[in-house]
Amino acid sequence: MKTFAERNFPGRLIAVEGLDGSGKSTQIYLLKRWLEAEGVRVYFSEWNSSELVKSATSKGKKRELLTPTTFSLIHATDFADRYERHLLPLLRAGYVVLCDRYIFTAFGRDVVRGCPPDWVRGIYNFAVLPDLTFFFKADLEVSLRRILEGRPKLKFFEAGMDMRLSADPYESFRIFQGRILEQYLAMSTEFNFNVIDANQRVEVQQAIVRQIISQGIDLSQFKRTNPLPLPPPLRVNPKSVELEDESLE
Amino acid sequence: MKKKNQNHIIVPQPGQRRFYGLGIPGVKLEELIGKLIVVEGADGSGRSTQIAQLVNSLETGGHATVQVGLKRSSLVSEELAQAQEGNILSRTTLSLFYATDFADQLENIIVPALKAGFIVLADRYVYTLMARDMVRGMDEAWLKNLYGIAPVPDAVFYLEVEAEELVQRNLSKNATLDYWESGMDLGLSRDMFDSFLQYQTAMQCAFRELQKSYGFTIVNGNRSVQAITQELRKKISAVLAAK
Repeated sequence: MKTFAERNFPGRLIAVEGLDGSGKSTQIYLLKRWLEAEGVRVYFSEWNSSELVKSATSKGKKRELLTPTTFSLIHATDFADRYERHLLPLLRAGYVVLCDRYIFTAFGRDVVRGCPPDWVRGIYNFAVLPDLTFFFKADLEVSLRRILEGRPKLKFFEAGMDMRLSADPYESFRIFQGRILEQYLAMSTEFNFNVIDANQRVEVQQAIVRQIISQGIDLSQFKRTNPLPLPPPLRVNPKSVELEDESLE
Repeated sequence: MKKKNQNHIIVPQPGQRRFYGLGIPGVKLEELIGKLIVVEGADGSGRSTQIAQLVNSLETGGHATVQVGLKRSSLVSEELAQAQEGNILSRTTLSLFYATDFADQLENIIVPALKAGFIVLADRYVYTLMARDMVRGMDEAWLKNLYGIAPVPDAVFYLEVEAEELVQRNLSKNATLDYWESGMDLGLSRDMFDSFLQYQTAMQCAFRELQKSYGFTIVNGNRSVQAITQELRKKISAVLAAK
């Protein structure tokens, strides 16, 4: 598998990966703000699923109809839809695309659910590799605390309840996340993850990320000739913590 | 992706159940004691007629049967139908959507029925899905990995009918040609009749290509219903006799 640069795409893709609660979404948001201010043609992929795929996915989840295989396939369908409809045109048009999670999320999650690793990787091999991947590595306990602090209502699949790890959703979530972390660590070398210590302060992490990007990508190539005015910041509720599957509900 | 088995011929064999590829987690192959019989072919090839005949003869012979087909899963069949109406999904997406539909039926209907010792009659199986995608330019090795979840059937019959004959049969049945069965999404020709002939010929080539690795039985579907039924019955009795 090759990166977008190696495949001679005019655009570049930067992916962030990490457990829920690792702070990766904050980091990618700050990254977007920086690149916008630099006048770079940047696009933050919000992973809007098309209605059809969303409808099937949420039906499967609500009725708890999914097995590891169908869970994997319906998410691959959703990914393919976003990839072909959304990411590829931007990368063909020379954008720097920021992705909050990419194929590695599926590799970790589906393998933990018992799908054969080679099968999952084979399915996703239509996707070109990111030019840079950041993995935000927080201690498992730190991530868990950030998510579980407010005692959110965990959904069935998001807590890994389908794997019957524990009858208690919170305990199940802990075990599930721990296993996903193991998978991420195992993939880290193979896919050239830039591992960021997510236990550090937000500013420290962001400085490191920006430095790696400046070194890895010649940003001057991606600057707009007529810079657009800086868009307003997103109004995000700092209390809300994103869980991976929420976008699909 | 494993490339080594790419051109290896996997002929359906009685007695020992296996998956084409890496299989599905949580399924014990030795528990699948029923028989899986697949009838493949284009619309108008006589598939449904032959399956109805087979159900009759098998049930009168004391065998319990279950029928499965494509686009019938409770999970995604509605959405797939809508996607086809609008022709809005790109090729990898549509391909994976079909695979999801197949996997859902595989795990919820085919596998439980095989465990219960039923004879499962599949009105098309992974080969049609693969052939359609191959005609649309998807990578064969990618498809083989994807459909490595499928158990190898005990018998696969491909009813091959010439494209010209298919046109006649489809028109006498519906008076129109189906958009997808004519491959209109491929833009082969604005003329539906022309597109149908080109598309069905391409599908036959894809099936012939798949036959090289999957080794299914090609049945001459240009003959009479009775002649085909007789051939299928004879072959299926042999499958059922083998333990």
